[in-house]
Amino acid sequence: MSTSVLFDAPGPRARRRHAILSALGVLLVVALAFVAVRKMQDAGQLKAEMWKPFVTDRAVWRDYLVPGLWGTFKAALVSIVLAGAFGLVFGIGRLSHVTAVRWFCGIVVEFFRSVPVLLMMIFAYFGIYSRSDIFSSETAPLAAVVTGLTLYNGSVVAELVRSGVFSLPKGQAEAGLSIGLTPAQTLRSIQLPQALTAMLPALIGQFVVVLKDSALGYQITYLELLNWSKTLGSAFANTVPAYIVAALLFILVNYSLTVVASRVERRLSRRGRPTVHEATAVHAPVEPATAT
Amino acid sequence: MGDILSKYDILGAFGLTVYLAVFSAIGSLVLGTLVAVMRVSPVSVLRLLGTWYVNIFRNTPLTLLMVFSVLGMTYILGLNLDPSDIKGNATRWAIVMLSIYHAAFVCEALRSGVNTVPAGQAEAARAMGLTFGQSMRHVLLPQAFRGAIAPLGSTLIALVKNTTVAAVIGVAEAANLMAVIIENETGALAVFVIFAVGFVILTLPLGLLFTSMSRRLAVKR
Repeated sequence: MSTSVLFDAPGPRARRRHAILSALGVLLVVALAFVAVRKMQDAGQLKAEMWKPFVTDRAVWRDYLVPGLWGTFKAALVSIVLAGAFGLVFGIGRLSHVTAVRWFCGIVVEFFRSVPVLLMMIFAYFGIYSRSDIFSSETAPLAAVVTGLTLYNGSVVAELVRSGVFSLPKGQAEAGLSIGLTPAQTLRSIQLPQALTAMLPALIGQFVVVLKDSALGYQITYLELLNWSKTLGSAFANTVPAYIVAALLFILVNYSLTVVASRVERRLSRRGRPTVHEATAVHAPVEPATAT
Repeated sequence: MGDILSKYDILGAFGLTVYLAVFSAIGSLVLGTLVAVMRVSPVSVLRLLGTWYVNIFRNTPLTLLMVFSVLGMTYILGLNLDPSDIKGNATRWAIVMLSIYHAAFVCEALRSGVNTVPAGQAEAARAMGLTFGQSMRHVLLPQAFRGAIAPLGSTLIALVKNTTVAAVIGVAEAANLMAVIIENETGALAVFVIFAVGFVILTLPLGLLFTSMSRRLAVKR
């Protein structure tokens, strides 16, 4: 739906109303900013020496923020790769012709989709890894973060695979079967390649979710960006600036990924390829193709 | 096993989870609708502000917002929402942050509902001579709300699950209690299964309800 159809070109009265609403909006933002600045000034958080280290002191980046970003990326990258594998296996499992396999994969996927990621991380860390010696005490938090993220996001990817295959025209599978391929061959060489292309934008969007959720590692002592900015905040006595910079870094990375995802999506739809969206809106940062 | 059930107040912890979910759901619906109205309004400044809101809060981890609310807002900036009680302050901040974070997703859910209405509907309404208000009220919004049911449902389910993030600021909801029990008792797997099933019980009916509602109310096209 395009908004331009909805209203006429504004006349003098509507223009005045729009100007008043614009002024109100700007006023609201200015008021909020004023309150924020005032509060920060009262708490002494706007002093130059609190913000200067981010520019002048290389140690801030070298010893805190870059290791933090690295921790976040490491957990996210390993998780998205494992989640992809998990999702492929269980997504194909849900398409199986064997009823038992289909049911088993369905139950596993639905279970891990409805359990909060933090619950899985806490169980994996305090319940398993910190009690046994599967992982050394340094890698145990990372392993727990990766476990939680893989199980949840793998289940989401499995749903993506399934809806990707279902969204293909029926003729594709029929054509494959009629030239003598077995159902498994049809799935592998005809349906999956198209489904995987269609889910590419949603997969990049899922990476944003993984990056954001890796911050949950804070709770189980995993050293990612949020945890490092807390340390930074106490080392330089600039707690508030440290969190603000961390938030900006997160927004920068995630927003760029969202832009990449929508570019890929537009490119695919220009080539006449369909794209699939994930069922859960909260975890699908990619905008619908028909956005106003 | 029965020992754990009698020693710890698991139902109470889930009660707090539900409490957080209900109040943040109301908060995020109100705030999210406001942002959605801004994002589809004809005033370009308001549209821009709405877009900023969504881009900022959709791309920030909820964990960061939670941690900032207590370590930054309360301790440094002195914004205490319940001066008499440290736990009460954390609970109220958790509701505020959950509402702010999910409002961005509610806004996108509502907007995607608006996007399900074909342009022809708006054109037909305008061609009949309905004003902006009339075409909104009688033609577009009734269809848009029906289209938004499914995405709103998944936002609500995600909100229920995300209440666990409040554990990072010490709110004694389900995830927090599970961490305590797992640290003190043996049989971690059984404890995890109890809590996981608790969340399945909370989210499964919501999912079924919203799916059947969105099917029943779907606009036939």
